[in-house]
Amino acid sequence: MMASSYNAKDEDGHLPGSVGSGGPGAVKSKKPDNTAFKQQRLPAWQPILTAGTVLPAFFMIGLIFIPIGIGLLVTSNNIKEFEIDYTGVDMSSPCFSCSQNYSWNSTSACTCSVPFTLDQPFESNVFMYYGLSNFYQNHRRYVKSRDDSQLNGDKSSLLNPSKECEPYRTSDKKSIAPCGAIANSLFNDTLELFYNHPNGSKITIHLEKTGIAWWTDKHVKFRNPGGNNNNLSSVFRDTSKPVNWHKPVYELDPSDPDNNGFVNEDFIVWMRTAALPTFRKLYRIIQKKKDNMTPTLPPGNYSLEVTYNYPVRSFDGRKRMILSTISWMGGKNPFLGIAYITVGSVCFFLGVVLLIIHHKYGNRNNSADIPN
Amino acid sequence: RWEDKTRIVHANILYDLTKGGDNPNRHYANNKIKTTKYTLLSFLPKNLFEQFHRFANVYFVFIALLNFVPVVNAFQPELALAPVVFILSVTAIKDLWEDYRRHRSDKEINHLDCLVYCRSEKRYVEKYWKEVRVGDFIRLRCNEILPADVLLLSSSDPDRLCHIETATLDGETNLKQRQVVRSFIDLVSFDPLKYNSVIECEKPNNDLNRFRGYIIHRSGKRDGLYKDNLLLRGCTIRNTEEAVGIIIYAGHETKAMLNNNGPRYKRSKLERQMNVDVFWCVIILLVMCLFSAIGHGLWMFQYGDKRPVFDVLSPEGTELSPVVSAIYLFLTMIIVLQVLIPISLFVSIEIVKICQVYFIHQDMELYDEETDSHLQCRALNITEDLGQMQYIFSDKTGTLTENKMVFRRCTVAGVEYSHDANARRLAMYQEMDSEEEECTSHGGTLPRRDSVTSHQSGKVVLRSQSTKSHRRTGSRAEAKRASILSKHTAFSSPMEKDITPDPQLMDKVNECSSQMEFMRFHSQSLNQIPPDLCDVFDFFIALTICNTVVVSSPNQPRQKVRRYELKSPVKTIEDFIKRFTPSRLTSGSNNSSSSSLATNRSSSHKVGCSMLSSPSAESTLTKLKEEKRPEHDLQHAFSPVPPNFDKTKALAQDECELRYEAESPDEAALVYAARAYKCALVGRLPDQVTVELPHLGKLSFELLHTLGFDSTRKRMSVVVKHPLTEQITVYTKGADSVIMDLIRPATDDCKGKRQRKILYKTQNYLNLYAADGLRTLCIAKKVLSKEEYASWLQLHLEAETAIQRREELLFESALRLETNLQLLGATGVEDRLQDGVPETIASLRKAGLQIWVLTGDKQETAINIAYACKLLDPEEEIITLNADSQEACAVLLKNSLQYIQKKFLCNPRPDPQATRDYAGIHFSSPMCSPASSGHSSPFLVHRLGLVIDGRTLAYALDKSLEDDFLAVARSCRSVLCCRSTPLQKSMVVKLVRNKLKVMTLAIGDGANDVSMIQVADVGVGISGQEGMQAVMASDFALPRFRYLQKLLLVHGHWCYSRLANMILYFFYKNAMFVALIFWYQFYCGFSGSSMVDQWYLIFFNLMFSAFPQLVTGTLDKDVSAETLQELPQLYMNGQNSEEYKPYMFWMNMIDAFYQSLICFFIPYFTYVDSDVDLFTWGTPITTLALFTILLHLGIETKTWTWMNWVSIGFSIALFFIVALCYNASCPACFSPSNPYWTMQRLLGEPIFYLLCVVTPIAALLPRYL
Repeated sequence: MMASSYNAKDEDGHLPGSVGSGGPGAVKSKKPDNTAFKQQRLPAWQPILTAGTVLPAFFMIGLIFIPIGIGLLVTSNNIKEFEIDYTGVDMSSPCFSCSQNYSWNSTSACTCSVPFTLDQPFESNVFMYYGLSNFYQNHRRYVKSRDDSQLNGDKSSLLNPSKECEPYRTSDKKSIAPCGAIANSLFNDTLELFYNHPNGSKITIHLEKTGIAWWTDKHVKFRNPGGNNNNLSSVFRDTSKPVNWHKPVYELDPSDPDNNGFVNEDFIVWMRTAALPTFRKLYRIIQKKKDNMTPTLPPGNYSLEVTYNYPVRSFDGRKRMILSTISWMGGKNPFLGIAYITVGSVCFFLGVVLLIIHHKYGNRNNSADIPN
Repeated sequence: RWEDKTRIVHANILYDLTKGGDNPNRHYANNKIKTTKYTLLSFLPKNLFEQFHRFANVYFVFIALLNFVPVVNAFQPELALAPVVFILSVTAIKDLWEDYRRHRSDKEINHLDCLVYCRSEKRYVEKYWKEVRVGDFIRLRCNEILPADVLLLSSSDPDRLCHIETATLDGETNLKQRQVVRSFIDLVSFDPLKYNSVIECEKPNNDLNRFRGYIIHRSGKRDGLYKDNLLLRGCTIRNTEEAVGIIIYAGHETKAMLNNNGPRYKRSKLERQMNVDVFWCVIILLVMCLFSAIGHGLWMFQYGDKRPVFDVLSPEGTELSPVVSAIYLFLTMIIVLQVLIPISLFVSIEIVKICQVYFIHQDMELYDEETDSHLQCRALNITEDLGQMQYIFSDKTGTLTENKMVFRRCTVAGVEYSHDANARRLAMYQEMDSEEEECTSHGGTLPRRDSVTSHQSGKVVLRSQSTKSHRRTGSRAEAKRASILSKHTAFSSPMEKDITPDPQLMDKVNECSSQMEFMRFHSQSLNQIPPDLCDVFDFFIALTICNTVVVSSPNQPRQKVRRYELKSPVKTIEDFIKRFTPSRLTSGSNNSSSSSLATNRSSSHKVGCSMLSSPSAESTLTKLKEEKRPEHDLQHAFSPVPPNFDKTKALAQDECELRYEAESPDEAALVYAARAYKCALVGRLPDQVTVELPHLGKLSFELLHTLGFDSTRKRMSVVVKHPLTEQITVYTKGADSVIMDLIRPATDDCKGKRQRKILYKTQNYLNLYAADGLRTLCIAKKVLSKEEYASWLQLHLEAETAIQRREELLFESALRLETNLQLLGATGVEDRLQDGVPETIASLRKAGLQIWVLTGDKQETAINIAYACKLLDPEEEIITLNADSQEACAVLLKNSLQYIQKKFLCNPRPDPQATRDYAGIHFSSPMCSPASSGHSSPFLVHRLGLVIDGRTLAYALDKSLEDDFLAVARSCRSVLCCRSTPLQKSMVVKLVRNKLKVMTLAIGDGANDVSMIQVADVGVGISGQEGMQAVMASDFALPRFRYLQKLLLVHGHWCYSRLANMILYFFYKNAMFVALIFWYQFYCGFSGSSMVDQWYLIFFNLMFSAFPQLVTGTLDKDVSAETLQELPQLYMNGQNSEEYKPYMFWMNMIDAFYQSLICFFIPYFTYVDSDVDLFTWGTPITTLALFTILLHLGIETKTWTWMNWVSIGFSIALFFIVALCYNASCPACFSPSNPYWTMQRLLGEPIFYLLCVVTPIAALLPRYL
């Protein structure tokens, strides 16, 4: 095209403006193709918002959302939930003394028993949670402080954990297993549940301690080093236990080799860091009775026996025990239902308002009801 | 002394190339060109260095590097580098590819062949271009492309000329003549071995139109070198069998390469606005970070000494104080929230702009079939500015008009010849056009091509290799005819060529020439001829020879008969004395008259066409019989009869037309007009012009000097020796204003009276012509006595040979000559309006654009054209500003300002402030409250036109008056600046642009518009007849003016609204996404934690949400093209920047924050106090955000094509596929989120779907209100 004819094409990219070589064959029409795409005439759908399209949409949303919301709300309300705070901040609380004295360094266990009453029977499987409040498991440095490959059973990581675990990486020149702050702060209260039969006897409620973690966590993500080697203590021989722990990782559940070491489900559940500072974690499952006639937890008096190991007073934390049944949508939460009902009603209401406006003013100005 | 300013070139063959050590040319660049920016080694560092000039890149790299600092890092450092590396590598790959293509084309060019003289072999050998060196002798053959800048030393042409086509340099397809260096002209064959001169010339520079230096011969004689001696690289040799030259500049030092500066980069208004908002984003980011940092400090502080277990110590195990922690967190937050500054925005904008440019290119309605040319976008990054124009500055000639001159009428010696028949003919053409247009529209364009080829095939198509000529013609039908008749000749459609002569004038011409012939045969003094006839004769001679038109015959190259004696224009005093000695002049009238007869010089003259030409041929023959004198006795221009005369006649029947290749269309029009009066230009050589006249046959005028046209003098002159009178005559042709001032009627009574009368009458006619919208040119002559000529010549020769200030000296020299002229007559040439100009102007004006016309034409012509193109309305009042002095101009401006205020600003509600301000000034009409003249009052645009001439404009552009001028000008609906120089044009544009802070567009086609085009925000060039300079300087090049309408109203609007919406959407999108993380800080102790997996966080912008907005940004149409053209008012939308106002940014921010609140808190409350873990909770939030953002885009999208659907579907699918793959890939990787099986599990939960339905709807609900 110009002096730069040598590379004008390069400068212009694909632009066909540059004059090609002057050869006889170069005389070619530069007429653009008449295609819908190139002429920007692609068939297009123009969503024009008119009363005819918007109003039905609003009513539709309203009509669909409100029933869903009601359904969700009903489902949520059918879920039975019981919650008891056993932190022991009050003087009256049975765990008061334990909470006062206890710190991470205490060696002797402190136990307390919290009585409670269930007014309604809990049908089907009951999930027993422990809940912590004001516990920032989502703190940035806390979340990072783990070594997934160590937990996955990687031998080299076992002895040489990731830097992310600092300062809970080594102790006494030995690598910590499991390393990191998350593991170090493992919730170690032991909760036991007893049914105080009206006849005075105290019946231990069987708490299932497996099946509480994600299946993929238990079987894929978390693995003991050395595979199916039953002798965990030898595998973990060269490691040291986390600072705050009372016992090494291979003694978490000595009774069940499938629930010991890194694959201990309490440990796995803990390692899945909670999203919010107030959270609950599944602790045990109370299986539905075989006979199906009696509820899993009949109404009556119960007592919660706590081995009080976990100090939360330093950060104003609370510890709770939650018993809950479960539905297809998870635990008790009326919010989603309310949200659906609200959005649905707002849409419906707007539809009505717009309809009125449309009827009143629609003839005068057709664009009056075009929102936005 | 000269070392540092000049270049000295020796011939290479004098030195042994193998040693090269003592070759004085060794320091000059060789001819190998390398336009690549990088080498393999330097690519990475150099490219990165260039990319880091962009501030945003530095910022993102800084953030990525921040990640490597352990205390503040938020992401895996390697991952954080990903976006930056991605962006950088995309750009780098693009650069690399471009560079590779440049490399390939370089290589191709470097390996072209050419013939270079080799000393050892004593002949010309083939060499690659890259091996050519400065000082080499090079032999060029016909149609060869010049490998370097070559000084022409020899040519096979008998006149020692070389014709070149400079289309690749300036786009002009007409041939240009170059001359052999003067001292080599006499050599019959050039032998490089005998060459021993030294050339001293300028250092390489990029001025294509200048070359000076001299050649020093062994004898010590110096000869000047001019641009006429230089053949530039890239040009093509035409019509010349062979030429030899020495290479002066090679490779990158050639003028062509020095002129090669890449595409232009301008920053658009929208981008400037955007940058402000990017800056605001930075502020928002910093505020967010600061807020979090303070929050974190306080959060830490509340725990006091009791350190909670979840507050992890630093890696060293030391405790961090809240303050230090807060400072670290501030940096961490910058990393986490970096997405707020959209890294991909810059890349996306570039992609969208390239697509927009592509679509503008592809628009069929912007394609001109006649010239087969497109609109060209030369600046790639200001497409959206097209939608925001407020002022258009247009050139007139060639822009509004065709710049296709049609001779309309003339006045000679005070008598007007109206050429009614000619006018009828033109009217007929127009009718024919419309008829034929109908035909062609039915018949298609195919037949046209066929007819062209069939015609072409019959001829010897020598120039078939030349690039297609870019001629514009009035209509398709006309183009058809034109393309058949004159494929390669510039400015010659039949409309321009076939001029019907005025019978009255024709009679006079015949009478005159027959008388002259009679007198010549009877050796009578020519003074016997009545003066009016004499004037007629001179008038046509002037029309024919006072120009730079090159004659060519269509079927053959200029096969000139070799002349036995070569004559150059007078170049030395000795030469002058030798040639003009009285002895020669008195040597007999018989001799002189015969010598002035030129015989047929070529096979290309017209014989069969003209009845009158045959007698001339006969007379030539008879003359020749009479004068069997030895050839060497002929002192000048006498050529022998070609032996094949009969053949010539036969040939001439089949091709009788000569072609005139003119540099400007006026010249061509005048030459064709003269030909219609049988006064035909048949040949032009550097020293001689041959004219064929009825009765008289061929007359050769010895061309002594040509003083070329320039825009300051506004005239050109030729100095010739009149063959009949032997007088040295100056013919001057130029703008009437300048010529009229130079006319000095003769002092003697009778003659003077007559001349004054002529002058008076001509002036009247000129005014009449101008009122008709014709371009007027005055023709004048002057007869120089030998003494006068000698004294002038002395100075002129000095000027010509000067190296320094040569242009100025030549200019002064020309001024000295062009005085005391005698008026011969004037011509009126019509410049037809382009198709659709009035309609375009009307619709552009409706679109709220102010249109100013800046033209060099005279006032009356300009006004007339302005009326014709509906720029001025007969109903509106016109303020004309013509002032002779600064003071007068000031008064004039003040008066008109007051007039405007009085007339129009009679506000019904007087502004007390303004009244007080003007208390001191008394207005005749007390009812009007005058508004202040400053910028405080809003200026309404009235139905007023302002016309200002160049001189007044010069005063008005003075610092003291420019405000007043602007105040007047902007209240007028249209402004017309006539007689303005290129500099004034650019000053006006600059003034309006800077003072009024408006977006300006300048459109023009000629070299005189270049400065204006460069100054304006957007420069548009019309790829017209006046070469390509304007196009070179422009950002957009249009084939025709009317395309401006669609370009601005449709594409401008679209580009602007698309890009504005896309940018706003980008800001919204990023803010919305980032705000989610910010809200989360309230729930994680302001610890900089993020619930969104870092992979999603980083690739969200880059991949998941990137494509739909690109599609929308490229294809969305808020209003259809038809509507935009029908309702130009819609354009004001862009002028007022209504798609992108500052408040819109904030509205979008608020919207983004609201939506992010919804998207954050609905999942929050859904999962509050549950056993959900961090990333199982974060993933739905990411999903929701994606849905919301895409749905938001869906609402913003006005037109949905399948592309939109596909892109949105693709985005969603991409997200889920990536998420599923990512979540299944590695159970122990991607710390800390370690999202193994998260998405899979979520997809099994009904709550996830429930969330996905309700949240986007809730978030977007306000947008429906």
